[in-house]
Amino acid sequence: MSARDDILARVRSATSDITTEPRLLARVASSAADEPSLGGGQTGNESGGEQGTLELFVENVADYRATVLRTREPDVAATVVSALRSAGLRSVVLPSGLDGSWCEALGEAFEVVPESEAHSPQALDVIDAVVTGCALGIAATGTIVLDHSGDQGRRELTLVPDTHLCVIRADQVVPDVPEAVARLGAAPHRGQPLTWISGPSATSDIELQRVEGVHGPRTLVVVLVGPD
Amino acid sequence: MSTPPVQETSPTFVGMPAFPKAAHEALANTQQRANLHNATHTIRAKRASVVAEVPEWEALRVAGADAKDEALHHLGDYLEQLEESLTANGAVVHWARDADEANRIVVDIARSKEVDEVVKVKSMATQEIELNEALEEAGISAWETDLAELIVQLFGDRPSHILVPAIHRNRTEIRDVFLRQMGEFGRPAPADLTDDPARLAEAARLHLREKFLRARVAVSGANFAIADTGTLVVVESEGNGRMCLTLPETLISVVGIEKVLPTWDDLAPMLQLLPRSSTGERMNPYTTMWSGVHEGDGPQEVHVILLDNGRSHVLADALGRQALRCIRCSACLNVCPVYERTGGHAYGSVYPGPIGAVLNPQLRGTASEIDQSLPYASSLCGACFDACPVRINIPELLVELRGTVAEQGGHRAESAAMKAAAWVLSDPRRLAVAQKGATTAGRLLGKRTITKVPGLGAWTDARNVPSPPTETFRQWWARERGETSGTQEEEQR
Repeated sequence: MSARDDILARVRSATSDITTEPRLLARVASSAADEPSLGGGQTGNESGGEQGTLELFVENVADYRATVLRTREPDVAATVVSALRSAGLRSVVLPSGLDGSWCEALGEAFEVVPESEAHSPQALDVIDAVVTGCALGIAATGTIVLDHSGDQGRRELTLVPDTHLCVIRADQVVPDVPEAVARLGAAPHRGQPLTWISGPSATSDIELQRVEGVHGPRTLVVVLVGPD
Repeated sequence: MSTPPVQETSPTFVGMPAFPKAAHEALANTQQRANLHNATHTIRAKRASVVAEVPEWEALRVAGADAKDEALHHLGDYLEQLEESLTANGAVVHWARDADEANRIVVDIARSKEVDEVVKVKSMATQEIELNEALEEAGISAWETDLAELIVQLFGDRPSHILVPAIHRNRTEIRDVFLRQMGEFGRPAPADLTDDPARLAEAARLHLREKFLRARVAVSGANFAIADTGTLVVVESEGNGRMCLTLPETLISVVGIEKVLPTWDDLAPMLQLLPRSSTGERMNPYTTMWSGVHEGDGPQEVHVILLDNGRSHVLADALGRQALRCIRCSACLNVCPVYERTGGHAYGSVYPGPIGAVLNPQLRGTASEIDQSLPYASSLCGACFDACPVRINIPELLVELRGTVAEQGGHRAESAAMKAAAWVLSDPRRLAVAQKGATTAGRLLGKRTITKVPGLGAWTDARNVPSPPTETFRQWWARERGETSGTQEEEQR
């Protein structure tokens, strides 16, 4: 018998006492959004409304010692340029689908490497920063999620350079994890990978003392745009 | 069909002494005890505060347990569905009955890529099967990239905690081993390295970066494997996971068959339960989710090895199968009064603490000394059950396993004592006589503490015997409420 058949036979025999039917294997994204959410406790989605959700997002992102900057739509490019400039960074890699006006502003201030020219991890290793959009943000946990669409680029873009600046619109911030999981359900079906980021990389492996910055970007800047 | 086979004890742990002996040695290590106390209490407090932020925590635990139970109860169906979705996403699915089979598959893939090294994401499953040793034997170096696992590897040591495996080492020891060992395996540590954790982390970053950038094959585990989407999930903190899961051309993931979740939506409770229970964070810094091969992004050859290695044996036990819900958060370790003092090595397995005490004897059976002793490595205080995010009733399982061990003739003195107790307790007259004997002894002893009882040597090595009372409840009742005739009658007998 093949290992596969053997294991499946073992498993079926081990569960032969189970009389219930498997739960309906419903496809994702249809029901989840209607169900009462588990995990809304401190999200403020009922009491505080959207404003409360944004405040909580900002607070929780900052709590991870990421930098949060707030701006309005017309000033995004200027905010991004000034954030990178004040950190003394010189080169930046840009995903191919990033907003053209931001790219233009960044191109005037920095040495810009387009995604298509950053072929290898080695090439990315000598670039200071990356600027991206994101799929959504989660207020309850201070998380940004990338689905690696055009404005976010391949996964290695946001991994190898030491500074990641992520722009998020106010309407992309959801209150909690269940809402995020429901909204993101289509991505795996479309074959997109997801990266959930909560603050810069960190370790507490040495005597439990937290150190920010191990292998991922040691600096995370989140620019929240709006609401206007 | 007969009960599925148990897991063979891996070479490292063959012949491990029983828990009390190993624990005795661990308890003498004062540095380790201080580190463990500090670590468990710190994480415990962090966990308590972030769990308190979630008013519906109990409902979340139930949802988490339900999702895992659904997967386990219909594991055959969900494994087939997982295989189908993974294959549709371009992954190659392998099945491994045991450690040898899994190791052989990994070695064969690595050889076919003609590499002499692989980078690894911390994974309990690959530790369980001792993959690093198997790769070593095949002439392939396996680089652990989690900081704590790197420390453990440089020491030639074993992990002592699921989440913070190097917690038994302090910063000075770590600096010394970095200076001594890093150069042997790659980029040496800077000569002026201090014991500041930030400097040590920086040294690890530089040492490992050259390995990440050149590695062609990576090996990982997975925290969750989602059947309906064919998505694997790895949660981590340092970014070493992202490096391994993103940069190499080939990715091999060893996934225990109990890691399956039925649907994408089941991630909602899990991603709330795991980080808060594990590191005491609202969310861990990085979570990577990949569904097979993503064209032009990440590894273009993706292998998934579904590993049994005793899990189907655990699954066959209607009560014991709840242990397979475990999501390896380590919350039970951090609240356990026994683990806090002995540390992880005494448990004789990669799974230490309360969950190890129930999981190992189920995975491996109760034939060895260590596995017979593990169900007794607990005071049954119940803190582990309260902390468990997927509601594994560890105390209940410990008691059940003690029964199994006792029935097969283990702990003979205890079974004899229990038989004698049953004889006495089954007849009120015998009980009255026994109690009279005890109270007489109690009056003779007064307030002295009993530290040795002949015949109970081992038991009283670690404990004092409570002094017998000078009066039984019946005697007290007769004295205080003497008018109740029934009691008087009992007393007169």
